[in-house]
Amino acid sequence: MNVVYVVTVGLAGLIAAILGGALPLASRVGAAVALTWLSCGAGIAAAVSVLSSGHVISLSTTAILPLTGVTLVLNPLGALFVISISVVALASTLYWLGYASHGLDTRSASSALPLFVTSMLLVPFAASVATFLVLWEMMALTSLVLVLTDQSRREAARSAAQWYAVMTHAGAAAILLALILLSAHSGGQTFADIEAHARHLSGAVRGTIFVLALLGFGSKAGAVPLHVWLPKAHAEAPGPASALMSGAMVNLGIYGIILVGNELLGGGPVWWWLLVSLLGVVSALYGALYAATSSDLKRLLAYSTTDNMGLVLIALGASGLFGAVGRPTTAAIAMVAALLLLINHSVFKGALFLAAGAVQAATGTRDLDRLGGLMRRMPVTGVVFFVGALSVAALPPFNGFVGEWLLFQGLLHGLPTSNTSVVISVAVAVAALALTGGLTVAAFVKATGIGFLGRARSIEAAEAHEAAITMRLGAAALATLCLVLGLVPMLVLPAIERAAASAGRVSATSATGGWISLHLLGLRGVLAPSLLAGGLAIAVLVVIVIRRLTHRRSHAWPAVNPVEPWGSGRKLQTARMQYTATSFAEPLQRVFDDVIRPSRDLDVSHFVESRYYIERIAYHTSNDDVLERHFYRPFIASVRWWGQRARRLQNGSVHRYLAFGFVALVIVLVVVA
Amino acid sequence: MNGLTHVLTQVLVALFQVAAVAVGGPLLLGLMRKVRSRLEGRAGAPIHQPLLDLRKLFAKQRMRPRDSSWVFGAGPVVLVATVVAVTAVSPLVSASPPLGQSSDFFAVVFVLLLGSVLLALSALDTGTAFGGMGSSRSMTIGALCEPALLVAILAMAIAARTSNLPALVRVGISHPAVIASPARILALASFLVVILAESGRLPVDNPSTHLELTMIHEAMVLEYSGADLGLIILGESMRLVFLLGLFVNLFVPWGVADRPGVLFVGLGLLALVAKVCAVGATIAVFEVFTAKLRLFRLPELLAGGFVLALLGALTAVVR
Repeated sequence: MNVVYVVTVGLAGLIAAILGGALPLASRVGAAVALTWLSCGAGIAAAVSVLSSGHVISLSTTAILPLTGVTLVLNPLGALFVISISVVALASTLYWLGYASHGLDTRSASSALPLFVTSMLLVPFAASVATFLVLWEMMALTSLVLVLTDQSRREAARSAAQWYAVMTHAGAAAILLALILLSAHSGGQTFADIEAHARHLSGAVRGTIFVLALLGFGSKAGAVPLHVWLPKAHAEAPGPASALMSGAMVNLGIYGIILVGNELLGGGPVWWWLLVSLLGVVSALYGALYAATSSDLKRLLAYSTTDNMGLVLIALGASGLFGAVGRPTTAAIAMVAALLLLINHSVFKGALFLAAGAVQAATGTRDLDRLGGLMRRMPVTGVVFFVGALSVAALPPFNGFVGEWLLFQGLLHGLPTSNTSVVISVAVAVAALALTGGLTVAAFVKATGIGFLGRARSIEAAEAHEAAITMRLGAAALATLCLVLGLVPMLVLPAIERAAASAGRVSATSATGGWISLHLLGLRGVLAPSLLAGGLAIAVLVVIVIRRLTHRRSHAWPAVNPVEPWGSGRKLQTARMQYTATSFAEPLQRVFDDVIRPSRDLDVSHFVESRYYIERIAYHTSNDDVLERHFYRPFIASVRWWGQRARRLQNGSVHRYLAFGFVALVIVLVVVA
Repeated sequence: MNGLTHVLTQVLVALFQVAAVAVGGPLLLGLMRKVRSRLEGRAGAPIHQPLLDLRKLFAKQRMRPRDSSWVFGAGPVVLVATVVAVTAVSPLVSASPPLGQSSDFFAVVFVLLLGSVLLALSALDTGTAFGGMGSSRSMTIGALCEPALLVAILAMAIAARTSNLPALVRVGISHPAVIASPARILALASFLVVILAESGRLPVDNPSTHLELTMIHEAMVLEYSGADLGLIILGESMRLVFLLGLFVNLFVPWGVADRPGVLFVGLGLLALVAKVCAVGATIAVFEVFTAKLRLFRLPELLAGGFVLALLGALTAVVR
């Protein structure tokens, strides 16, 4: 029975892709969505059966890939990832039904999207090097097609796709090297063989493999400094695709790190995990800072993805550190925190990207400085974004808070310890976590406040219409899940603990307990999210009733009169007088000036008659990625320079090529002799 | 039956704490203003003036900017509700408050943050330059406060092996040496800086300014009127009392009711009032002699607070 699920995942996805490419316009998206749902449903069924029974599902055949065959095994860790991917995919494909008319109903897109979902669903199943790499590559290529959807209209999409293609393949090369090294040293290419032999490898080989895997998978997860593609590709991909990339695909980067680090290599020395934590700290701070200063809605969300993956890496690193210094309880809590943060991120970031896609579809822009007032024009999308923003800012009663609380507890109870490097890294991690949290709050107050509240800053925003019903449903489903997981995180915690326990040396099956309040077993830490939310709800009701009771009969009803706001004595105010995203972020940008080094351009033009009168002032500021500007661009330029030099060797003359051949032959002969 | 009386006592203690903070908040504002005016050579308004102001405000009509949405109305309500919710479960009068087991320091901080965020959003909802200005500045300050605050909590929590608030207060009663430890002192110093910044006192923000361009908090609430403005003033003052109450109980826990009984709760209230008034008056005196810092000098102050907290955390570990 379980094997049927696995086959259904693959087959339904494949048929969906074929139908999406073959059917006429009227029916192709509908058919593709229906079959993708079937694929996701089968994935969830398989994952639930694995998580509830604890038995792995395995399927092995040589009928598909020649020479190596296909090996699929689903363990509890993989099952957790399958569920998180399925949930985002179900909501995003529902949303796709309404979004299709915005340029996402072409044959290529309708074929690539189901294939993208299916390959993501199957990556956690892969249990041999060849299977894993094929599925990984399929995932990269199909998402690349999706990023290119709008390329005929937007030059930026083409450039984003180029960055994405290069970075993802560089990452894939690192992963390929790591996995090849692993299988070469262990004499087999299935993960079971590797796991059996990897423990006996020398420390240097294991270290090399881990670092390579960390680089490759870290680039997929958007870890700084390998993140440059992410804000471009996630921003340029159309609505449902960006939700899938940010809510589901980045998860697999983390999955890869856990797979190689914890499962295949079975944990490692302290320096591995210090490296992971460091990567996490840098990513979290860098992502949060750019999210706080960015004024493009989807770019902001993408940087926030980097930030959240940084938090997950911090938790993962902490788990490894505590494991390496003999603190199994806190190691387990940190691992559970990492997976909970990951699941939460999938849900709220999916909701946020779907809402942002709806805004882009309705107004044609992602520039916060041209939005505003959408809460009244698009109430459902507005509330979805509001809920997502509070979740990502880790505010109760939404889901982001529980994950961060668990991470704080894990870090707190890991101290004091005798290992100085652990102590320092934990203190630094908490400080980074806190600053990240503050910056994220600022970023999402800006995104919600400038984008959805106040007055419309452009005609497009003033005339926006609410999104199609399926788009609202898909986004609202994820937003509801944000609240549910915030109130009852215990719904997923048992599954997460089982997954964490299967992820190698961590014995996490009883890290937390309780239904109403979350107890950390063996430690003094209790959180009661539902009671907290209940108390808040009661307090809100009481305050509203009090406010209503003080309303005087002599005053007009409705109780609140709309009036012109205060303008320092000015009679009329225009939307242009409001703060924009750029001005909102200006103080923070100035505080962190040395880090992000924005380029500013002030252009004052005077009247010809007198230079004491100013005709117009143009102020331009751009905060493009500092790493891109100071590292990647010079690197690309130097590659290009060397490429130009190398072209001189080739002038098309046969004589010269013969000479090269002759010289090479002589050298070889000399060396051999 | 026993269970029922237990629940009833718990509810009563919670209501008592909320009522004490709700009345005490405006009175503390009045006290601090009185101290300031006396030091500045004025007679000043009576201490209960803020309560009279609130009564007047609640009788007035509410207005809202033409283009605002439901967020504008939600801001003041959520602000007050968050303070009420955390007041009910925190060790202010009693060291074992209702649901005390799950009253976590991190959770309290994040619930309060929810109130600030809603207020910042409603300021942006007004669609005016002042609202945006106040919102942007208060979010900047909030973002820079966060590291100091959370690391301060961490420093205190490492020593006590828990971040549970009642436990943090009780450990001070049972082991006074913990209070004198450098970790606790440094952490509380940093906590005080954060309290001043978060509740908009000098040197971060001038609560009695009348010039829009220098406002931070006042700019955010410029559009509120009537009951909404009353709720905001009430919520802000309750938050100040709540934070100061937490601060004094962590620093000088003696007097907090550590066992049930009307007498002990009464004593706890008296002790709390005395301690908070003392700290409030000290802050007021400090404010008379302090000028407001420039907005872009604030990061230095908050970074100072952060460094104190980090030192505290490190001493807690090295101990």
